[in-house]
Amino acid sequence: MYSQDMVDSINRLEETRKKRIKQDFTLLTSEEKYNLLNQFHPDYKKGTLRELRIGPNKGERVINEIANLFEAYSQIDPNNFDFSEIDHEVDVLVIGGGGAGASAALISQENGANVLLATKLRFGDSNTIMAQGGIQAADKQNDSPPRHYLDVIGGGGFENTPELVNVLVRDAPDAIAWLEDLGVMFDKEIDGTMITIHGGGTSRKRMHSARDYSGGEIMKTLKDEVKNRNIEVIEYSPAIELITDAGICTGAILYNLETDEYIIVRSKTTILATGGAGRLHVQDFPTSNHYGATADGLVIAYRAGNPVIFMDNIQYHPTGAAFPEQIVGLLVTEKCRGLGAQLVNNDGDRFIYELETRDAESAAIIRECVERNKGIETPTGMSGVWLDTPMIDIIHGKGTIQKKLPAMYRQYKRFDIDMSKEPLLVYPTQHFQNGGIIVNEKTETKIINLYGAGEVEGGVHGRNRLMGNSLLECIVFGRRAGKNAALKAKKTNYGKLTLQHVKRYHMELKQANISKDCKSPMLLPDYRRKETISRMIDI
Amino acid sequence: MVEAKKLIPIYITGKKYLVPNGLTIMKAMEYAGYRYIRGCGCRGGFCGGCGTVYRFKGDYKLQSGLACQTKVVENMYLVQIPFFPANKADYNLDELKPTGGTLLKLYPELARCVSCNTCTKVCPQDIEVMDYMQAALKGDIKSAADISFDCIMCGLCAARCPAEIVQYNIALLCRRLYGKYMTPKAEHVRTRAAEISEGKFDKELSNLMKSDVHLLRKLYNKRDIEPEESKR
Repeated sequence: MYSQDMVDSINRLEETRKKRIKQDFTLLTSEEKYNLLNQFHPDYKKGTLRELRIGPNKGERVINEIANLFEAYSQIDPNNFDFSEIDHEVDVLVIGGGGAGASAALISQENGANVLLATKLRFGDSNTIMAQGGIQAADKQNDSPPRHYLDVIGGGGFENTPELVNVLVRDAPDAIAWLEDLGVMFDKEIDGTMITIHGGGTSRKRMHSARDYSGGEIMKTLKDEVKNRNIEVIEYSPAIELITDAGICTGAILYNLETDEYIIVRSKTTILATGGAGRLHVQDFPTSNHYGATADGLVIAYRAGNPVIFMDNIQYHPTGAAFPEQIVGLLVTEKCRGLGAQLVNNDGDRFIYELETRDAESAAIIRECVERNKGIETPTGMSGVWLDTPMIDIIHGKGTIQKKLPAMYRQYKRFDIDMSKEPLLVYPTQHFQNGGIIVNEKTETKIINLYGAGEVEGGVHGRNRLMGNSLLECIVFGRRAGKNAALKAKKTNYGKLTLQHVKRYHMELKQANISKDCKSPMLLPDYRRKETISRMIDI
Repeated sequence: MVEAKKLIPIYITGKKYLVPNGLTIMKAMEYAGYRYIRGCGCRGGFCGGCGTVYRFKGDYKLQSGLACQTKVVENMYLVQIPFFPANKADYNLDELKPTGGTLLKLYPELARCVSCNTCTKVCPQDIEVMDYMQAALKGDIKSAADISFDCIMCGLCAARCPAEIVQYNIALLCRRLYGKYMTPKAEHVRTRAAEISEGKFDKELSNLMKSDVHLLRKLYNKRDIEPEESKR
């Protein structure tokens, strides 16, 4: 229930609605956008970044929370590790059970590989399953892959890796066709034409969706297919270290979260599909990410010598929930804005065109709340702006929200807010790791026989990802990784199992005087209270 | 997190803890000192990993919800379901026909549904589970797919079903059959995929890849945006 102050603010918003509906709002010029970001985007805040003291990106500046994990010791002692009993020997090891991992596993097996998929939580617990908005592909008459390319690279600040963008837009229609063949229920016209809408930064309507459970529908389908094909899956067993032999990846060490045992997997090729880093809570931002998004894959790949790109940068989703308290940080899908919901301040005024790229939207909301003091304060002291969702039904007809945004509608209904009648209070939330480990268009990393797919890999989105390109990245690069890793496995023999790279990394850490108390990967965030932790006894 | 002032008693697997009023069950468990491994996935109501059953002191009624989406209430006795052993048929979708016969062959227990409606009452997504089971039984795959669409496969329906049916796996099969066979294929997607593999966009794309930032910026700034109102 909204407080009285909030209700008063909603009244102001309702008064201006008629005027706003017809109001034109121009896109920011490149220069205006640059200035906005520079002044208000969290990435540009002083003290956000620090120089890495060790590893392949030594000397470069990255987000503090990432640096903390890179400048840390392994969870295992490389000088005292017993490799004598190998638990699994497979052609392809897939690490990660989200959209990229599942796609990779399916295509690997199709290409003749014996596959093992290991995942930290349940198979399917991932950011993929939470993705609501949709998946991009330039498959309409008025659209083309080069147009998609331009949107991606412009959205990313023109710094994206061209080879990766090329692959993303080229493989997109085929990825959609693949999902359709697997039985994903896309939103379609009666004649089978995909219903597509805009997302922030798109020049054509190319967002395909499955109501607002787009990622969920895709993930459930992929998971079902992996089960049908009897691909072995190990749950609750994240990878805590890669195994290498002179620059070649020869397997990974998993950790059974429930028994505390390690598990040794020897593989011919290995695919990292471990996702992102939302649960690091950069600058204490809330996050839209799932419980396991702790950058594990980045850490173990970095330790093995693979460089990262754009880790000085995080995507904040402009519209995280700011109220009620119970769901702070969760996403209010961009599809709301795609369908016409406007962003409105405490005076009832718009302050930015709603389909700017996410970085610009976030910066504009922060400017409104922090500098202009035109945010709306919640009873718990958080500030946010209105997302005027009732406009969706006004523009598209009554019932549109319930039909097109059932997940959103339900989410708020649970907390007694009817988003078809009342606006939602929003504030940016940590959403996506734009950067990641460096891979090439074959998804190969710099470490031989190690591949990367999905959010863990960086470059394709430059410094800012567009909505609908993350699900696409998972499917496109997951499939590519699956195929390439399977084909490579055919030509590869099992290698020696060593932790030479960890020993070397530990030496570097020691030389840089980094405390032995720092360990990574972190695997799961800890949300217990300080009071509880301070009273714990280790028996 | 700003903590509400009032502390209320809840009983986690029978053990009493005082937690702030207003928290979700998940946050209350963490406040009480639990650190999740199982029973916590997306924390946002999408993964179905935190199905929870609870009951109030002196009340016969067994209730249920998602731990990440349900607020704690005074004197709640709760337990999360960490895993539910569910029957799932193995099938090759390419070899199936979208008929009621297929459903019954793969899941014969579907015929055991006694229409008790327990599944519907227990669903945290407010899905009319029994209605889609009845649709499936009649071979109406379209309705079953449509009604079950928002299912997050938390397992609560299957846990309570007296006929031992795993509703959500049958629903998933219906959706896949519907998606694959019962709507026309999107021809424009396949046409575009073919054009791409025939090389239709190669030149344009390779030119873009070679372009410098200045040219790209120029092209980007002058690209036309499809109007919001356009039909397709």
